[in-house]
Parts: sequence; structure tokens; C-alpha cells
Amino acid sequence: MRARLSALMVALAAVAAVLAGAGAPARAQQPLIADLSEHLVAITTGFAGTDLLLFGAVDGPGDVVVVVRGPGRDEVVRRKGRVVGVWANRGEAVIRNAPAYYAVAASRPLAEIAPERVLARHQLGVEHLALTVESDDGQASVLDYRQALLRLKRHQGLYGTDTGLVEFRGDRLFRTRIHFPANVPVGQYMVAVYLLRDGEVIGAQTTPLMVSKIGVGADVYDFAHRNSAMYGIIAIILAVTAGWLAAVAFRKG
Amino acid sequence: MQIYLPVAEMSVNVFLILGLGGLVGFMSGLFGVGGGFLMTPLLMFLGVPPTVAVGTEANQIVASSVSGVLAHWRRGNVDLKMGLILTVGGFVGSGFGVWLFAYLRTLGQIDLVIKLSYVIFLGLVGGLMLIESIQALRRSKRASGGRGKLHKHTWMHGLPLKMRFRRSKLYISALLPGGVGFIVGILAAIMGVGGGFVMVPAMIYLLGMPTSVVVGTSLFQIIFVTANTTFLQATMNQTVDVVLALLLLSGGVIGAQIGARFGVRLKGEQLRGLLALIVLAVCGKLFFDLVVTPADLYALGGGGGH
Repeated sequence: MRARLSALMVALAAVAAVLAGAGAPARAQQPLIADLSEHLVAITTGFAGTDLLLFGAVDGPGDVVVVVRGPGRDEVVRRKGRVVGVWANRGEAVIRNAPAYYAVAASRPLAEIAPERVLARHQLGVEHLALTVESDDGQASVLDYRQALLRLKRHQGLYGTDTGLVEFRGDRLFRTRIHFPANVPVGQYMVAVYLLRDGEVIGAQTTPLMVSKIGVGADVYDFAHRNSAMYGIIAIILAVTAGWLAAVAFRKG
Repeated sequence: MQIYLPVAEMSVNVFLILGLGGLVGFMSGLFGVGGGFLMTPLLMFLGVPPTVAVGTEANQIVASSVSGVLAHWRRGNVDLKMGLILTVGGFVGSGFGVWLFAYLRTLGQIDLVIKLSYVIFLGLVGGLMLIESIQALRRSKRASGGRGKLHKHTWMHGLPLKMRFRRSKLYISALLPGGVGFIVGILAAIMGVGGGFVMVPAMIYLLGMPTSVVVGTSLFQIIFVTANTTFLQATMNQTVDVVLALLLLSGGVIGAQIGARFGVRLKGEQLRGLLALIVLAVCGKLFFDLVVTPADLYALGGGGGH
């Protein structure tokens, strides 16, 4: 009993020490802490998109910018041109390591928070994404392909249309909602939270986030990929059975 | 109500998919076509990746064809011998078609080839059928005159391997239905369809089969060719979504039954005229999309980045 009580005292003392530390930025404390309401976006059978809450606290005044990046992958963008009256693919570009998903939220418009140089260095905002475009298409520039990728991804709802809002509660606490649409790609995401003061990044924290398929859907996907011949046969058997059942049901009906 | 499709990796509205399946199934039962030429573009329009649309659609056509063929089988409208020879041709053709598909994909022009083949075949078949059925409807209004010759003798009747097809009342070379099956098999693989919309007219005009057995026999062949395509797509590309297929076929098998009942009440010429109009409408839409300046000149290549 006494041992348990003393353990509690120790714990309380530790919390007090942390709180004191948070109030004293002179000691090399984290200038910002943040966390997500969940660290897993589970794509279940009924999945139709979801929102996560990101919340945290800062140690003083400043602006908060939140960047969510999906796993990088190579994307192919094709350009159409007219060939004897019809529109056909005339050129293509490979964009290396483009994030599958990208969203940004900030406490003020990005342009007011930091100069272009800082935004570009930390890749804050869709227009500052660092993308490597490889193309041998002479009729469209690398920039055209870059803009096309951003536009097409935005159209799919995978690159945030505009900057989300990070709301402050009082001076220290902040929160924002991150939306994941129904077609969100699976993989390991990184949620980066930046604290900026006078146009410079003075603190950053990165939290991983998993987006993965859970349950029956995940099992079906795995089976389709690992045991594809069996999957194909089962698909055919299911179809034949369903067709036969319907024919029988309708004859009696 | 939304449901997540595990292989297509997207969510869709359950009732929308059930409705689509029902509508296309109805046409399948009515005309004896698989309905893939309608469903595949519709699925792509909903945002289903084209490769998944093609693979899944093949799977769904298996179900609607089984359901449709049983209704025709009971009425004795399936020429088994003819169907088997068409199937042999279809297997060889779809194997070749899958190879051709892969080759065209490496050239980056598969989309255009798919759309152009739709426009050409739908336009050709739809146009011919429409003209023919209008003529037939006109003829039937007048008193039916002399029948004329049953069929003309051409080079086709000089081909070897002659066989007797009793249900179809034909004595022709096995190479003819085999060849028709082969060509339809290629189309099935490239266009993601059963190929009924090409095979039905080919059986009527090329082989000279009686209309009554054409629908049942074509459905019979479609079962095997689409089952083959389903298997190839599942093993080579992993693009068969069983959840999507089950939703489509739930609507589809019911639609096919209703369609088959409706079909009995309509005359052959009316059926063909109606099918011709639908075929031409789809053709017109696809042609329009090819010619009109697209809203965005750029598109994300479905790189299948798994």
C-alpha cells in the first residue's frame, strides 16, 4: 500500500517536472508537441473516407503548418494530341517519387507565414512539392507535366484543393482536421507539423500514420495477389453458380 | 450505401452497381449479347480502373450468360456442336488477343486501340443490322413473296472439314464457325467484352444460322470465352474484383431472366433493330469522345503501381 502510494507520488512529481519544463523554453525543450486522434486509417468494407484530428500545443506564439504526405510512387502522365482527327497519346512523362497523397493545413495563408524560400525548402504547399519529371516529349515542357500531375491528383481528391485551417484554442493549443477520401492509397504516411516564427521554422515534429486495408477486403486483396490462379477459379465458380441459381429460381417462380 | 471494392481499391454506391448490373443483364437476356460493350465503358466512367473493369466484366458476363443460356437450353435453342466449335476458336483467339493486348500496352496506345475497335466494330455491326432489320420489317408488311434460294453458294462452301449442324440446319465447313470464334475471341480479350454483338450478326449473316438458335448458341460460347478471360486476367494482372463482380451479377442474373422473357414476345426483326440502335448509340458516344477536344489533354497513366 505504502509502496503504491510512493509510486504515485513519483509519477505526479514527474508530471509536474514536465509541466514546469514546458513553461520554461530556455531549457532545450520541444517547442511543439502534436499527436493524431488515430495512427491507423483502416479501410474496411464500408469505408467511405474518414477524418482524423490532429492536435497539439506550442510553447509560444507562432504559426503552425501541418503537412500530410502519402507514400512516394512513380506516376506516368500522358499528353494527348490530335492524330488524323482523333485524340491519341502523343507524349508521356514519368514523375519520380510523387506522393500518393498530399495535404497541407496552416494557421494563416502560407504566403503570410513564411517567404517563398522557406516554403520551398520544407515543401510546404502543393506548388512547392519537389518533383522530378522525366520526359523526352519535345512538345510539352517539364513544367506542363508537373502542372498536369498536380491538377489530375487534385481532381482525384488526393492533393488538397486548398490549404486547410489550423485552429488555435487560446495561445498554445491547436487542432486541425485531415480528410482522407474514399480512394486514399494505402501505405505509410508521414504527418509533419512545423512551428514557424518570424518566417523561419523553429520546431518540427513528424508522426507516422498507416493507411491499410483491414478485414474481409484486405483478405480478398491478399488472396487475389498471392493465390491468383485459385482466385480466378473461385471467381468463375461463383459466377456460374450465381447464374445457375438465378435460372432455377426464375423457372419455379 | 457505400461499399469498398478490395481489388479496384475504391468505394462505390451499392445500389448504383446493382442497378447497372440489372440493366445490362436485361439486355443480355433480351439480345443474347453479354452486354460487356456497355458495361465496360460504364464502369470506366464510374472511375473503375480500365484494367479492373475489363477483368471484372468478363467475370460478370460468365454469370449472366449461364443464367441466359439455361433459359434458351430448355427451349432447345442451343446448337451444342456449333457452340463447341465456336468455343475452340474462341479459346485460341482470346489467347492471341491477350498477347496482342500486352504488346499494344508496351507501345502506350492500348486506350486508343480499344476505343477505335469499339467505334469500328459497333458502327459496322450496328449499321448493317439496322439496314437489314428495316428491310425485313418492310418486307414483312408486304405479302411475303417467293422465298428465292435458301442460300447462295460461295467460296466458303468449298472449304474442307464439312460438318452437319442439325440444330442450325447447316452443312458447312468447321473452319467457318472456328474462324468466327477466333476473331470474336481476339475482340473479347482486347475490348473486354463477350463479343456477342459481333458474333450474333456473324452467325446470322456469315454462317446463315436460323435466328432462333443464334442467341442461345452465342451465349453458350460466351460462357467459355469469358471464363477463360477471367482466369487469364486474374492470374496475369490480378484485375478481377469479386466483390464488384458479385454486385454486378446479382443485378445482372435477375435482369437477364426478365430480358429473356421479354425477348420471346418480340419479333426477330424488332429485336435486331432495337439492338442495332443501342449499338449505334454507344458507337456514336465513343466516336464523339475521340474527336471532341478533351477537357484535359493530360491523363494519369494507370500504371498499375502495385
